[in-house]
Amino acid sequence: MSTLAEYAISALLLFGGAFTLIGAIGLARLPDFYTRLHGPTKATTVGVGSIMLSSVIYFSAIGEKIGISEILITVFLLMTAPVSANMLAKAAMHIGVQTTKDTKGKPWEQ
Amino acid sequence: MITIALNLTIAMVILAALLNVYRLVKGPDEPDRVLAIDTLNINAIALIILLGITLSTRMYLESALLIAVMGFVSTVAMAKYLKRGSVIE
Amino acid sequence: MFDRLSFPQPWLSLILFLTWQILSDGLSGGSIALGLFLAWLIPQITHGFWPERPAFVKTWRMPAYILRVLMDIVVASFSVAWLILSPRPPRPAFVCYPLKLEHPLAISILASTISLTPGTVSADVSDDNKTLLIHALDATDDQEVIDAIYNRYEKPLMEMFQ
Repeated sequence: MSTLAEYAISALLLFGGAFTLIGAIGLARLPDFYTRLHGPTKATTVGVGSIMLSSVIYFSAIGEKIGISEILITVFLLMTAPVSANMLAKAAMHIGVQTTKDTKGKPWEQ
Repeated sequence: MITIALNLTIAMVILAALLNVYRLVKGPDEPDRVLAIDTLNINAIALIILLGITLSTRMYLESALLIAVMGFVSTVAMAKYLKRGSVIE
Repeated sequence: MFDRLSFPQPWLSLILFLTWQILSDGLSGGSIALGLFLAWLIPQITHGFWPERPAFVKTWRMPAYILRVLMDIVVASFSVAWLILSPRPPRPAFVCYPLKLEHPLAISILASTISLTPGTVSADVSDDNKTLLIHALDATDDQEVIDAIYNRYEKPLMEMFQ
């Protein structure tokens, strides 16, 4: 395996791991449900996408077929993350989850 | 070098999963728990991909795809249950 | 009888066929046959869920839009990561976004884009499809958020769906 591919794989792996961790930190420490929604939908999706990309580079560098399934999983995650975030936000508004005091504006009544 | 990066990444993803479990246990509302489970699903996908790289096999990718699909469907079903009180009307 | 043998959603059928080829790891006689069968069967079953109106007019503008959104997703996750890690508490806000798009598919693409890009998650669409409720993680000014979304995403989408 070439040195360039090794560097690229390691960098993408660490980048992806860091973003997955940041998404989880956001889920753990942000103040209310609506702000917590931001961590998993963006940071975690990007983190997993980056790990996928490193997997694609790895398997093409060791001479297997180029992985199309990884790309399929990434595209699927990118398409479904906003949908599930939207559904959860609607459910939270229906239940009447409390927002923090410094939130401007109000959620709609369901 | 890849081995070190791989181990570090696995450690970070496991730490992320533990933080998600913390949110899953703590709540305080039902949507929080569903969101935590959804994020745990995505972390499981990441761990499966990392396992595949560690073992140099692409066999496990199919299961990652299955977890992605089932995770999405179950999240939507639970969100719908929270909103309507039933999944299939 | 014969209208059952057609492809009512040609784009959907094409996407289903290609996805099946990707899933079955390369072309073979069996995967092409089964792919064609699924590309025929699934649009027939889900016929009732699809809106009647034709959706796209300018499909060739789509790749540029997707590329821009992908770039923005990476930038967005950096800004969200910074907000999560900085000690200052975020300033969340609910913003009502006045929609100018009319096609349901266009609205759902816009809502998904908003959820994946900097600091905003779309929460709900009003019943008359005129307003979109957005939750911003860190917003000082509502109008700023609305203008940014309009110029970056809604304008290109309006050019695509006329």
